[in-house]
Amino acid sequence: MSEHNLDSDNPDRRAFLKAGAVVTGSALAPGVLLYGVAQARAPEEPASDKVRWGMLIDVNKCANGCDDCVTACNEENGLSGATGPQDSQWIRKLNIRHLKSGVETSLPMLCQHCEHPPCVDVCPTGASMKRADGIVLVDRHTCIGCRYCMMACPYKARSFVHEPLTDQNPEVPRGKGCVESCTFCVQKVDRGENTTACVEACNAAGHKAMLFGDLNDPQSEIAQAMKTYATTEVRADLRLNTGVRYRGI
Amino acid sequence: MPGPLHSESNEARANVLDKLRAWGRVTLFAALILGPAGVMAGVNKPVLERGKGERCVEDTEFMRRNHMVLLKHHRDETMRRGIRTTKHSLKGCVDCHASSKTGSVAASKDDFCMACHVYSGVKLDCWDCHATKPLEQYKASRPSRSARMTTQPIAGAQP
Repeated sequence: MSEHNLDSDNPDRRAFLKAGAVVTGSALAPGVLLYGVAQARAPEEPASDKVRWGMLIDVNKCANGCDDCVTACNEENGLSGATGPQDSQWIRKLNIRHLKSGVETSLPMLCQHCEHPPCVDVCPTGASMKRADGIVLVDRHTCIGCRYCMMACPYKARSFVHEPLTDQNPEVPRGKGCVESCTFCVQKVDRGENTTACVEACNAAGHKAMLFGDLNDPQSEIAQAMKTYATTEVRADLRLNTGVRYRGI
Repeated sequence: MPGPLHSESNEARANVLDKLRAWGRVTLFAALILGPAGVMAGVNKPVLERGKGERCVEDTEFMRRNHMVLLKHHRDETMRRGIRTTKHSLKGCVDCHASSKTGSVAASKDDFCMACHVYSGVKLDCWDCHATKPLEQYKASRPSRSARMTTQPIAGAQP
């Protein structure tokens, strides 16, 4: 850099600094940037506890007989799609009927990404873990396949891989002898897409029954919706503070 | 060694011992010369295919000794903290080192990982869970998502 550019009396430099100050001031003024943490993280930046990922499922919009969310999940994460007792299911469609009124509803059930996850409590090796941004994961490097977490989960959200697997998705490593469950498509979230395969599929099918976003960001669509409508946690009596909420059950 | 206090029988025993020692030296010498030669003749050193990139993320000598340390550190950073840098990621290794023949780093014993690991007899279980092929290859091998959908998109719906 030449000496001329370092001179503080250089009018160009002063003008530039002034302009910069104005831009920064105006961007901060509405307070929008203060909640900007849900934007794409830099790859070297760890997940932040300022964000809490969550999902809101509107059961009234969820179509009976549609399982696009399930198909999309299987596709994204490389699951076989089989539904036998020994097959992995990260998201399942449930049909429930109220015994008295007889009203029937259909809803997807997946890992609820609890704030106080029982699976993490019982894990003897620390493999079952909650990331800073609220996503509950299994670290397969330390999972010994004891399946305590499957017993502890009130939502029956976890599966155990019984057979050797081949041709996994490079972004979703899975293998025999480990427990697994919904990851909120952590590979997509970390890329900054801030959505999940199931939500994308639900939107693509036109149902728009699922919303994914940052519960801590008051401006996010999901936070706005949760402020507007009454939403329910499944098994709220357990006080797990789930990240997945339902509307209409 | 036999001294003035030793009897005749002791001297005879010492002679036998000397002979045994001499044979021992010959055997040891033969083992030293022929042993490694036998190993060399039996197993060829691994021949590695050159990676796609211009150079590795670290020096080759360093990577030979320390790749497992880098990978273990990076796996914890990624898995537990969500750090997704690509420099020391296993996916990065696979992208560069997948074999041109099998498209994989571990499908045959000549592929990049297996060549050395078979040679040194160190079993590795990375590939029980991790894909041995690059992402592009995985994507190319799967039918598109729309082909697997059960319901058709509603007309006019935003994708």
